[in-house]
Amino acid sequence: MMGIDFLPDKPIYQQLIDLIAGNIIRGTLNPGEKLPSVRDYAIEAGVNANTMQRVYKELEQMEITETKRGQGSFVTEDEVKIAMLRNEMKEQLVTSFIQSVEALGFTKSEILQHLQERGGKDD
Amino acid sequence: MIELKNITKKYGRRKALEDLTLSLPQGKIIGLVGENGSGKTTLLKLISGLVTPDSGRATFSGSRITRKVATNIAYMPDADLFYPYFTVGQLIEFYESQFIDFNPAKAKEIARFLNLSLDLKINNLSKGNRGRVKIAVTLGREADYYLLDEPFSGLDPMVRDDIAKGLIRFTDPERQTVLLSTHELKEVEPLLDEIVVLRGGRIIAHEAVDVIRDTYGKDATSWMVSLFREGS
Repeated sequence: MMGIDFLPDKPIYQQLIDLIAGNIIRGTLNPGEKLPSVRDYAIEAGVNANTMQRVYKELEQMEITETKRGQGSFVTEDEVKIAMLRNEMKEQLVTSFIQSVEALGFTKSEILQHLQERGGKDD
Repeated sequence: MIELKNITKKYGRRKALEDLTLSLPQGKIIGLVGENGSGKTTLLKLISGLVTPDSGRATFSGSRITRKVATNIAYMPDADLFYPYFTVGQLIEFYESQFIDFNPAKAKEIARFLNLSLDLKINNLSKGNRGRVKIAVTLGREADYYLLDEPFSGLDPMVRDDIAKGLIRFTDPERQTVLLSTHELKEVEPLLDEIVVLRGGRIIAHEAVDVIRDTYGKDATSWMVSLFREGS
């Protein structure tokens, strides 16, 4: 209803986890930064508070965030954890890319060459 | 916990609800969907104690639901219910006189959250603002269950948005349950924990939204469409 358009084939909590993880990797959420309260974030995203509670719980289990008693949830300051998250998301992205590419019968060298020719940001 | 067991309700010869069994746990937002005439409003009224079943048993924390038990249950009808000459503030006072669990401070806070001014007269309000007022006085009750009949229907996206935010902001997911009927499943899905699908007075499915997406790999709307295809 609000801000976020969710994809139809994936649980909403999963999409919110990916969104927050993406913000951490992108640097729009910094290490040590405080997340909004579950209720406030639920209102902002237009989702059920139980859904958001699950998102926060899973982020904590993934050790991407930490809950400090009485203060709320914070992005981890552990750079190793963030690097691991970054690798994981890269792996996911590449895996799904390769699956689509192979499904259409393109060869690895053909795609590699195309990617190099096409260029892109490298900084 | 509200439990309905083998409920049947007839209007004349027509069965509005037929052998319906349903549990509504605490702390959930549950969507009630189905075509017009499938029994949604009858079901909401029955849980509020406004309609008595012909057979079967409806209980709230173990006691049979009557109007008295329904003091813990707030029902919001689809229709406009107000006294048009009241101001929003006077309506809040009126509700305070009618419902033992009504918290005027909470109702006023919700009104403020929805940008409603207390000295506006009800009959001068737009349809959207009347929708906001209904939500403010309904959620102003400290009820265990909120039963909302079509809270989004016929309202523009801005108002639907406000009402959705109000629902998240002013209900306690630990202990309060919202059961709302809707035709706007696509839009409302992110608000919901569970969905109950009614057809011809019977429940044809009751499922958690996460499970629908995890198990069937589709959103609630496509899931519902496929249920109806299989069933017909």
